[in-house]
Amino acid sequence: MFNDKVIEHFMNPHNAGDMDNPDAEGTIGSPVCGDIMQIFLKIEDNIIKDAKFKTFGCGSAIASSSVATDMIKGKTIEEALKVTNKDVIDELGGLPSQKIHCSVLSEQAIKTAIYNYAKKHNLEFEGLKGFDPNFDPHEHHDE
Amino acid sequence: MREVYLDYSATTPVKKEVLDAMIPFFTEEYGNPSSLYKKGRYAKAAISDARKKIADLIGATDREIIFTSGGTEADNWAVKGVAYGNKHKGNHIITTKTEHHALLHTCEHLAESGFEITYLDVDQYGMIKLEDLKKAINEKTILVSIIFANNEIGTIQPIKEIGELTKNHGVLFHTDAVQALGNTEINVKDMNIDLLSMSSHKIYGPKGIGALYINKKVKLPNYIHGGAQEYQKRAGTENVPGVIGFGKAAELAKENMEAHIKKLTELRKYFIDKIFEKIDTVSLNGHPDKRLPGNINMTFSYVEGETMLLYLDVQGISASSGSACSSSSFEASHVLKAIGIPLENALSSIRFTVGDFTTKEDLDYVIETIVTIVNKYRKISPYYNTKKG
Repeated sequence: MFNDKVIEHFMNPHNAGDMDNPDAEGTIGSPVCGDIMQIFLKIEDNIIKDAKFKTFGCGSAIASSSVATDMIKGKTIEEALKVTNKDVIDELGGLPSQKIHCSVLSEQAIKTAIYNYAKKHNLEFEGLKGFDPNFDPHEHHDE
Repeated sequence: MREVYLDYSATTPVKKEVLDAMIPFFTEEYGNPSSLYKKGRYAKAAISDARKKIADLIGATDREIIFTSGGTEADNWAVKGVAYGNKHKGNHIITTKTEHHALLHTCEHLAESGFEITYLDVDQYGMIKLEDLKKAINEKTILVSIIFANNEIGTIQPIKEIGELTKNHGVLFHTDAVQALGNTEINVKDMNIDLLSMSSHKIYGPKGIGALYINKKVKLPNYIHGGAQEYQKRAGTENVPGVIGFGKAAELAKENMEAHIKKLTELRKYFIDKIFEKIDTVSLNGHPDKRLPGNINMTFSYVEGETMLLYLDVQGISASSGSACSSSSFEASHVLKAIGIPLENALSSIRFTVGDFTTKEDLDYVIETIVTIVNKYRKISPYYNTKKG
C-alpha cells in the first residue's frame, strides 16, 4: 500500500516533537475527524529556521508532516507558502488515492501556522491570499 | 523477522488434518454427489458424514444442517427467508445495533421494501437487555436476530434467555454464530434457536463454505433456486472439498473445545494484564468475562489505530481495527459507537484475536512492540499533550 519512503518517514519521522517558544504555531483538524496536525515554526528575518510537528493521524499523515517540515526548513515564508500538497506527495514518491487528504492536511497546517504568524505581526503574504483558516481537508479530495 | 498472526477472528489457517481430509476430493473422489454411480455415491456419503459432524457441534440433527457458501449467505437466507415467508403474519424484525454487516445490511435492504426493523441498544459491554427485547416484541414481530458473539468486541449474548423469550412469544429466533462456533458451548435445542449461521473458515476450515441450521419445525423459503441438492433447500452442486473440510474442522472443534477455550482464555488474560501493567490510559472494550476466549479489543488513547496497525505490520504482526482512515469520511466502528466509546477513542482501538497457533512468546513480542509504538507516537501526538495539560 505504501512505498518504502512513506514507511521510512512514518517509522522515523523527521522534525517530530515539541518546540520551545515557537514564533508560529498552527493546528488543523481535530481528533474527532480522525487527524490533527500541529506545526511549530522558528522564523528569523522572514526565513523558516526550524520546523517541528505533532500529528495524531494515520501513517501517511505522519509521513506527510515529516517531509513537509523538511521541505520548508531554510525557505522564506513566501517560498514555504508555495509548497503544495502535490509537492509533498512527489517528495514522498506517491500516496494511495485515499490518503491524498493527509498531504492536504500538511500543506494546510503550514499555511495555518504562517497565517497565525502574519496576524500576530500584522503582515501580509501574497501566498495567503484566499486562504481559509477554517478549511477542512476532509471535504476535499482533489490534489 | 518474526511473524505473528493475531487476527483469528478475520480468518484462521486451515489445519493440516482438515486439508488432508479435503485433498482426495479434488483429484480422486471428484464425483458429483447427485450422480448415481459409485463416484457420486461416495461423495454424497462423505457429505452426509460431514453434515453429521457439524450437527453434533451444535446439538442439531443432520437434516437441519444446510450447506451455504458461507456465513453471509446463511445470514441473508435466514433473515430474508423469514421476512418473505412470513409477510402474512407481520413485517417487524428485531435485531441489535452491534450485528455484523451481513445482518445489518440485509435488514437495511428489507427496510427499503417495507419491513420495520428495531435495532436494540446494548450496554457499555455490548450486552442487550432482555427487558428491551421483551418490550420490542409486538404482534407484527416475525423474527428476532441477535448475534451470538460479537466479531469486534467478543461479547457473548445471553442466547439461552433470548431463546426462552422468543419461544414464549412464538417468534422465530435467528443467531449469527459465525464467531461463536467452536469458541463457546452451543446447543440449538437447549437454547431454543430456530436458525443459526455458521462459517467454516473461522474454525480452521476452508473459506467459501458455511451452513445454516434450520430447525425442522421452521418452514423457510428457498434462497438459491435450481437443482434438488441439500434436501431441495439449497440448489447448486455441492462444494464437496469445502464441505468435507468444514466437517473435519467441526469434528476437531468439538474434540478440542475445552482445551481450546482454556488456552485462548489464558492467552487473552496474559495479554490484557501485561498491557495494563505496561501502558497507562488504555481500556478494554467489551465484557470482561462474557466474551470470546480469543478476543482482545483495546483502546490505546492518543495513538491513531491505523498508525498502530501499520507499525505492527512492518514488524510482522497482523491485527485489525474497526475503522479505516480513508478520504473524507472517517467512519468509526458501529459496534464501538453502540457501546458508547467516544469517536477519538474508537479511532484508537485495535482488535487482537488469538488462536490455536498463538504462543506466549508471540504475545511477548507483540506487547513489546505495542509499548514501543505507544511511547513513540504519543510523544508526537498533539492530542496527548492537550489532554494531559
